[in-house]
Amino acid sequence: MSVDVLTPTLTDNWDQPEAWKIANYVAQGGYQAARKAVGMDPDAIITLVKDSGLRGRGGAGFPTGVKWSFIPQTNPKPKYLVINCDESEPGTCKDMPMLMATPHTLVEGVIISSYAVRAHHAFIYVRGEVLHVIRRLQQAVADAYQAGYLGKGIFGTEYDLDIVVHAGAGAYICGEETALLDSLEGRRGQPRLRPPFPAVAGLYASPTVVNNAESIASVPAIVARGADWYKLMGTEKSAGSTIYSVSGHVKRPGQYEAPLGTTYRTLLDLAGGIRDGHQLKFFTPGGSSTPILTPDQLDVHLDYEGVAAAGSILGTKALQTFDETVSVVRTTLRWTEFYKHESCGKCTPCREGSWWLVQTLHNLEQGKGHEGDIEKILDLCDNVTMKSFCTLADGFVANITSSIKYFRDEFEAGYHTPAWELFPYEKSVYFPYERERIAVSEGADQ
Amino acid sequence: MSTDVKKPDGEVAKADLVTATIDGIQVSVPKGTLVIRAAERLGIDIPRFCDHELLDPVAACRQCLVEVPDGGNGRPMKPQPACALTVMPNMVVETAATNEKVAKHQQGMLEFLLINHPLDCPICDKGGECPLQNQTMSHGPGESRFEGLKRTYPKPVNISAQILIDRERCVLCQRCTRFGEQISGDDFISLSERGALSQINIYASHPYESYFSGNIVQICPVGALTSVDYRFQARPFDLVSTTTTCEHCASGCQLRTDHRHFQVKRRLAGDDPEVNEQWNCDKGRFGFYYGRQADRLSYPLVRRDGELVPASWPEAIDAAVAGLKAAGASSGVLTGGRLTLENAFAYSKFARAVLGTNSIDFRTRPYGADEAGFLAAEVTSREIDVTFTDLENAAKVVLVGFEPEEESSAVFLRLRKGNRKNGTRILAVAPFLTNGSRKLGAVLVPTAPGDEVQALDSIAAELDEGTIVLVGERAGLVPGLLPKVREYAAKGLRWAWIPRRAGELAALEAGCLPQLLPGGRPASDASARVDLQAAWGIDHLPDTAGLDAEQMLAAAAAGSLKALVTAAVDLADMADPEAAYAALASDDVFVVSLEQRRSAVTEVADVVFPVALLEEQLGTFINWEHRLRPVNIINTDAPSVMTDVRVLAALADALGSDLGMRTPPQAQAAYYEITDWEGAKPGFTAAAGAPAQAGGEGLKLASWHQAIDDSRCLDGAETLRLTAPAPLARISPATAAALGVRDGEPVMIGTDSGEVVLPAAVTASMVDDVVWAPTNSGVELFRTLHARPGDRVRLAVVKTAGGAA
Repeated sequence: MSVDVLTPTLTDNWDQPEAWKIANYVAQGGYQAARKAVGMDPDAIITLVKDSGLRGRGGAGFPTGVKWSFIPQTNPKPKYLVINCDESEPGTCKDMPMLMATPHTLVEGVIISSYAVRAHHAFIYVRGEVLHVIRRLQQAVADAYQAGYLGKGIFGTEYDLDIVVHAGAGAYICGEETALLDSLEGRRGQPRLRPPFPAVAGLYASPTVVNNAESIASVPAIVARGADWYKLMGTEKSAGSTIYSVSGHVKRPGQYEAPLGTTYRTLLDLAGGIRDGHQLKFFTPGGSSTPILTPDQLDVHLDYEGVAAAGSILGTKALQTFDETVSVVRTTLRWTEFYKHESCGKCTPCREGSWWLVQTLHNLEQGKGHEGDIEKILDLCDNVTMKSFCTLADGFVANITSSIKYFRDEFEAGYHTPAWELFPYEKSVYFPYERERIAVSEGADQ
Repeated sequence: MSTDVKKPDGEVAKADLVTATIDGIQVSVPKGTLVIRAAERLGIDIPRFCDHELLDPVAACRQCLVEVPDGGNGRPMKPQPACALTVMPNMVVETAATNEKVAKHQQGMLEFLLINHPLDCPICDKGGECPLQNQTMSHGPGESRFEGLKRTYPKPVNISAQILIDRERCVLCQRCTRFGEQISGDDFISLSERGALSQINIYASHPYESYFSGNIVQICPVGALTSVDYRFQARPFDLVSTTTTCEHCASGCQLRTDHRHFQVKRRLAGDDPEVNEQWNCDKGRFGFYYGRQADRLSYPLVRRDGELVPASWPEAIDAAVAGLKAAGASSGVLTGGRLTLENAFAYSKFARAVLGTNSIDFRTRPYGADEAGFLAAEVTSREIDVTFTDLENAAKVVLVGFEPEEESSAVFLRLRKGNRKNGTRILAVAPFLTNGSRKLGAVLVPTAPGDEVQALDSIAAELDEGTIVLVGERAGLVPGLLPKVREYAAKGLRWAWIPRRAGELAALEAGCLPQLLPGGRPASDASARVDLQAAWGIDHLPDTAGLDAEQMLAAAAAGSLKALVTAAVDLADMADPEAAYAALASDDVFVVSLEQRRSAVTEVADVVFPVALLEEQLGTFINWEHRLRPVNIINTDAPSVMTDVRVLAALADALGSDLGMRTPPQAQAAYYEITDWEGAKPGFTAAAGAPAQAGGEGLKLASWHQAIDDSRCLDGAETLRLTAPAPLARISPATAAALGVRDGEPVMIGTDSGEVVLPAAVTASMVDDVVWAPTNSGVELFRTLHARPGDRVRLAVVKTAGGAA
């Protein structure tokens, strides 16, 4: 398999020397799209983005242009654009490398998108833990101000735009758009009751568009090269190219930008395949909150419809790859522990369900489970699914149920055998592994 | 006369109704109604924890999930929280009654809630009245499948001196935090941590300071929040509950008072949507210990050879009668402002029909020259006019001489609701923007005490027909202010007088003013007297003008008033407590005191009769709306069941007269027999001339009572007192700069009579050349300074020498 399937658009300049510097970005044609956009009719940009078929890259896949058109332009309050860069999901790693490599692509996208929705303030909410990314983005924004691309009368027009780069404080829930808005307002990050939806009353109770960073970073290319060009890539309903993040037991983990609808088989080839002497056991299509898939689904088209038809969600296209050395029980437990830690605590099923499920899964990992635990887990998952305040809980539940669906026998083994006996943990790692040290930490967990 | 009439609700137009189906039953509800409320209308029980009808929905506990086969648009919805789902036309909703899936949701949710709940119901104060316990029984699984580790915490944690939290019991419904944020405006409690370790917490540097903190204990759906006072005091099923009325202010909040073994254990806010909704203040909730102090009187006292000695009732009555007979009509009655209508009426009739005097006054507090006439003419016999609901819906409310959070807290809550929900514009004519005003979103009309008349004129353009002016107790001190309000009322605005004490409206209606007979009859009107004589079956009512409170005390001091009957008078409330004490101590005046506890009056009384506590008698308060507020008997096993009415009847009997009533119910009946006066009402002419301006050196004194202060009503409520705001001397930045005062340093407020030392609080919104200090917090301001609000005082930095302030 050759690299011809790749369609570098967002990632086009990643291999350029110091691509993150404004001079280099401009030299490669950067900010031409923004300059063009601010001379256009804002509605024409919305139509253009609608026509391009661009859909939200944060996981839900809502058409970006349609979202913009929901902003009531008759509302006298200010309009806001908020960029969700709170990338925190286990396995998901597309936005952070993008911001490291080419922050100006996002800044340019923000200019065009803000202009389209008539926002004069845009906020980029970045995950707080990634200090180096925040600094790079802050520098990019400062440079854009310096160049006259931001601030008063940008590109010599009448249009004013300010961008605020805001660092989160380390909570996964703040990737949920309304929790993000609460956090941005200085409150405890918890999802808000809807309605009102952010488009009507979002940030500071004003009309607000919340978009994923990758979605917005895709906009400059669409403006520069047109909707028809963009639609050449991807499928009819899932247009364009996207970043697939391949991680885990592959030879060349990394970011692969390809058209939507590319199969995992293709991506696996690009990544050099599974490490030598091993076979694929299961993978996630879009991060730890998407139901797992198995080698039977290697040819599923990784677009919104294709993955949904396979019983999962495209999500953030974070393809975590696990070979046959991995215990599904252990993986599920680790994921669930993450969600237990990240549950905001607002609603009962998520807060208490994650607390309970972790304890039960932990027993299964230890080989201390009881007959009936699997049925209990499935019933608890049923009591959580669709009943929590936001979709965080749906995410961790889907993973548990899909794991049991494909690998029930491993969970049943947890009634009598510790997972590390069936799947010695040192076999899963690339590097020398000291069993004793882990044993101590396992003990400390109890 | 005031009557308890409910104004007709605005009929909901058919067009504003939406019709949906819940469990197969059609229901039509006003647009915007939540499914959980619509279900309540049908009597369908949906379990809930976070939902509270007076709080904004949060949909956190998920206990009220329902299935929605049709969202009204033909499409099904995922399970929805009934507490946050608005009824849409043609919506179809199924609850646990008709949908097994919903029953499973509910069981599952309760099972989740219980995995981290300690199940310590046998030692939990909430056990027996606990929504979690009850709903587990009605909607929960019989057994838990949870075998793991529960979350535990060290317990309990004080979030204020009064309120404790047992965090492991908390189900994180956020009712308390929403109350703080949405209702009282004291958002000092919040969630901290996350996931199952989320907990209700306070800011590290700031305790939960609120006059309304007890409400969060009441609305907590589990036993997580408790009060220090009630913790481990009783089990709910051992308590006997009585609905009654709070005695602490003129709002007249409904209370549910719980007693066990004839001792009140706790008081809860009653549910009266027209008055206090479901809230009350901490003073009303925790301030009920005053009647069980060591100073409670349980037998009469008579002065013999200068010493007060215990006496039998007949002995004491003989002694009192001897003194009162000797004084004849040269006697007076001071009733205080905390009596029920029945007791006040008994005193009024006793003064007129038995003693033969018009010298009666309830105003044992500072007042101005205009006040009595204005109250008699304009406040007495008013129908219910301005109501709590009106405050909520008003376009604009102006506060004059009135600090709602301190002086009538249910008014504060309703104003805040109006501001928050309906955008009521609130203007505070005050010397500074108080914390309470800030929470009301009020606009300050900066006004030095005494300048309120000019302040009203300065906002004349605001005083339109949509405006309600609320005047407080202190308005009567300002010359010309009450007539000014009436002047604006003539142009269309509405107004209400909100006294600070619970009994003042009842005292007015009962005629406890020199110029006012019961039922709004002018004492100077011969036909009114004849009318009352006929009703009372007596030949004569006094036609000479009576003395008011300060005149009576002056006459007593001068020896021209021979006898005084006092009822529950606290001399510290008077404008000049020391002069009042000296007057009563005069050898020439015979003092008969009817009171519950030993007081300053006891020290100088000649005969003392112990009277029943409020919780031992029936009665009625009239709140500031002129709404009748029933007081019910809580304690049927009281040591003294001699009510004021009963003692006065005994005195009347021994004086050879007949009071015509021996019990509060008889007094009530007798009162209603004479409320049919249709003749002329008392007139009132404002004093001519411009209001006097207090000139002179120094700063003007501004002062009012803080709700929780050193009031004797709060004796015994020591935990409550710990939550009182610290006393401060507030001055403006310019005044502070001129006097060289830094924020926080001790300053002396002084007059020729005395001085008090308080920490200075430099307050940005404060009017220049005014100092504010609380009336009775740590120091009795009026007694020490011999000054009233508006008078001039000195202010100086206290020089610290050798570290001593």
